[in-house]
Amino acid sequence: MKQIAANPVYKFLLFPVGQIILFALGASVILSLVTVLLAYLFKSNFIDFDLVERIMLILPQVIINGLTIGFVYSTIALGYTMVYGVLEFINFSHSEIFMVGGIVGIQLMAYFEHTGALATMNEYLVIALAIVLALIVSGSLAVIVERTAYKPLRGAPKLVPLISAIGMSFFLQDLVRLILSLTTGEFNVILPKFGTYDEFWKLAVPGMEDPLRIQIKSALIVGIAILMLVILNFLVNGTKVGKAIRAVAQDRPSASLMGINVNQIISITFLIGGALGGAAGVLFALKATKLDPFSGFFPGLKAFTSAVLGGIGNLTGALLGGLVLGLLESFAASYLGIFTNGAFGAEYKDIFAFAILIVVLIFRPSGLLGQTVGQKA
Amino acid sequence: MNTFFSDLYKKANTGFWPVVIAFAFLVVGTISVYLNPRSLFAFLTLLTTPVILYFMKIDTKVKVFIGLLLLIVILPVLGIRNIFYLEVIFQMAVFSALALGLNIVIGMAGLLDLGYVAFYAVGAYAWAIFGSKQMSLLHSIPGAAPANAEFFLDARWFWLFIFLGVGLAALMGILLGLPVLRVKGDYLAIVTLGFGEVIRVLALNLDKPLNLTNGPQGITPIQRPPLPGVVQALGNALTPLVGHVPTEAEIYNVFFYFLALIIIGIAIVVATRLEDSRIGRAWTAIREDETAAIAMGIPLVKMKLAAFAAGASFAGAMGAVYAANRTFVSPETFSFQVSIGVLTMVILGGLGSIPGVIFGASAVTLLNIQILQNFSLYLSDLRQSDAVIPIINFPWKNLSNQLDPAKYQKLVFGLILILMMIFRPSGLIPAARRQRELGDEKEAE
Repeated sequence: MKQIAANPVYKFLLFPVGQIILFALGASVILSLVTVLLAYLFKSNFIDFDLVERIMLILPQVIINGLTIGFVYSTIALGYTMVYGVLEFINFSHSEIFMVGGIVGIQLMAYFEHTGALATMNEYLVIALAIVLALIVSGSLAVIVERTAYKPLRGAPKLVPLISAIGMSFFLQDLVRLILSLTTGEFNVILPKFGTYDEFWKLAVPGMEDPLRIQIKSALIVGIAILMLVILNFLVNGTKVGKAIRAVAQDRPSASLMGINVNQIISITFLIGGALGGAAGVLFALKATKLDPFSGFFPGLKAFTSAVLGGIGNLTGALLGGLVLGLLESFAASYLGIFTNGAFGAEYKDIFAFAILIVVLIFRPSGLLGQTVGQKA
Repeated sequence: MNTFFSDLYKKANTGFWPVVIAFAFLVVGTISVYLNPRSLFAFLTLLTTPVILYFMKIDTKVKVFIGLLLLIVILPVLGIRNIFYLEVIFQMAVFSALALGLNIVIGMAGLLDLGYVAFYAVGAYAWAIFGSKQMSLLHSIPGAAPANAEFFLDARWFWLFIFLGVGLAALMGILLGLPVLRVKGDYLAIVTLGFGEVIRVLALNLDKPLNLTNGPQGITPIQRPPLPGVVQALGNALTPLVGHVPTEAEIYNVFFYFLALIIIGIAIVVATRLEDSRIGRAWTAIREDETAAIAMGIPLVKMKLAAFAAGASFAGAMGAVYAANRTFVSPETFSFQVSIGVLTMVILGGLGSIPGVIFGASAVTLLNIQILQNFSLYLSDLRQSDAVIPIINFPWKNLSNQLDPAKYQKLVFGLILILMMIFRPSGLIPAARRQRELGDEKEAE
């Protein structure tokens, strides 16, 4: 057993992938069971249609949507949780770094469209290039933000860097808006149409009349997110830099005594977190097809909620939290209207996340996976 | 050079000179605004007077006299001549009240509240729902209102609703506080932010199943209270100074200006008294060290709830006044940006410092609705001229018309927050207690 655990293929590939799949399946199954149970309970209140049947009809689609957005949340949440683990502060501007990644990605595709290369290039190559560019831009932006707005405030009372981060978030929103309006004349960016990833795979499922329709886009988002999560896992648990990051997160003064350059490690943490956020931005852009400088705000908040839900400072927790939140949101958006007969609908899904956040903080402040590095002080 | 100025300041700050300077600013400001009602510079000169009054050594009686002269006589008269100034001052007053309230929560008790606008919204929507026709339209689809609907309450109920706004907002503060006070520092910030968004989303979507808020279109018209006879008479008495008989709308503006002034007055008194009271000292203790505060026997939860309730109540009162002043409320008015705007005012002026917070609120409001606007106008003037930017030889004409400073308030707020945090975390006019304790240099480390 010990031998298997030490095998790098197992440790850095099979185990994390298995964990992700387990989390995704587990969360989907539990939520579906709860929903169906509720449907059976309230079935008698609905006379003109069969509640259970109606819910079962869209269930697969709801789960797929939830997992897609859940993986995006997980990827963003990792940025929050890494920074929180190291510095114990909420990097409020992470949502803007995420947004910048998405916008940069779309702008690259728009540039390819403008030069006419988009029609001839392989669509997956385009997406890969957009992600790489977003990784670089968002990662460097995160480091610049850290150096200018957070580093001078290290050691100040806790509220001081937080307020600075809020200021940075606002500043970046309008700065991006200014740059976009000055260069293109408007600040909405729209994903150009290309390739076939908008289409559906149809999987015939035995026992169901209609085939299960999976948008290629969703599969792509999930696949890329898993890939990045595996790479991150390797970075943090398998390399020397990762070891240093973990050491700094655990005890900064001691890590510094051991010869670790703390400031450099903090910058690297921001770099990794920001890069992940930027890549998540491109994935989100593929799904949303339209971004503006303010569209990072809500996904950012939800990702933060995911990080808290999973246990802030805990990387696995952020992954689980993102998946659970994405699924919960998708379920709420699709079923709230059905259950309440149209009185409350999908428009409440944004505040649903906050309700979850408040409930988690009251009953289990350490999150689903417990034992955090946070709240030391 | 520096010593030259400080010597000059010292000389100017002795004997009768301060009074002379204050009067000079008052008189010059008044005359220039009277003659050029549109000039920003003239208005700024006039507004420097209170700052001089605050900083210079002047006998208290003289200070009060000049202050009252400015607030009660000069500003209303000038305001009727150019109604925009009254609007500016009214907004300054509204935001000063909000900033004073937020200052209790953040500055005194040290609880970062990012959803402060929610309490403002509660006060505003309370009067908006009951003071308009909305209660008679509960079952109609938004937008398809029958024209013959009746106002639900008489306009005089407004006076009660100011107090109801206070009570409701305080209640909301306690309701929010109860679950989240177990949460510390930065978590609290996010939860309160969420709460602010919840209130906004509710205002946006509670047009069904019952049409309470009329959704994104907002509620209009909202009744204004009937004018007391005194105000009417005052308006008529002003006729010779203003140059024409003031219209009802203008008198209403003066009326709301005085109402806001009264609320600000009460808010200042309450905040000052609270600061030096038992509760205020308990807040300071909690802010500095929670554990030590508990050990000293301070009831932590009770005190934190008190801070939330007291802070919220200011916003509730102003909300009701705002709804009546605008005769219109919509969810857009209560966005997250407003919460951060008020936070910016508190940070700029100085956490925990009452004069600082009022200064911050006035400065940011002025910047927001006047200086940035003027700057935009100036840029668009330049764009139409043939001038070029000197050194880089770039013609103004080619400057993109997207470069409109008035639209970039968030950028300004963000910059102010970052710069203040890095260079002067205790604000432009720091609280006396903080100065005594630490001095600015130590805190900046």
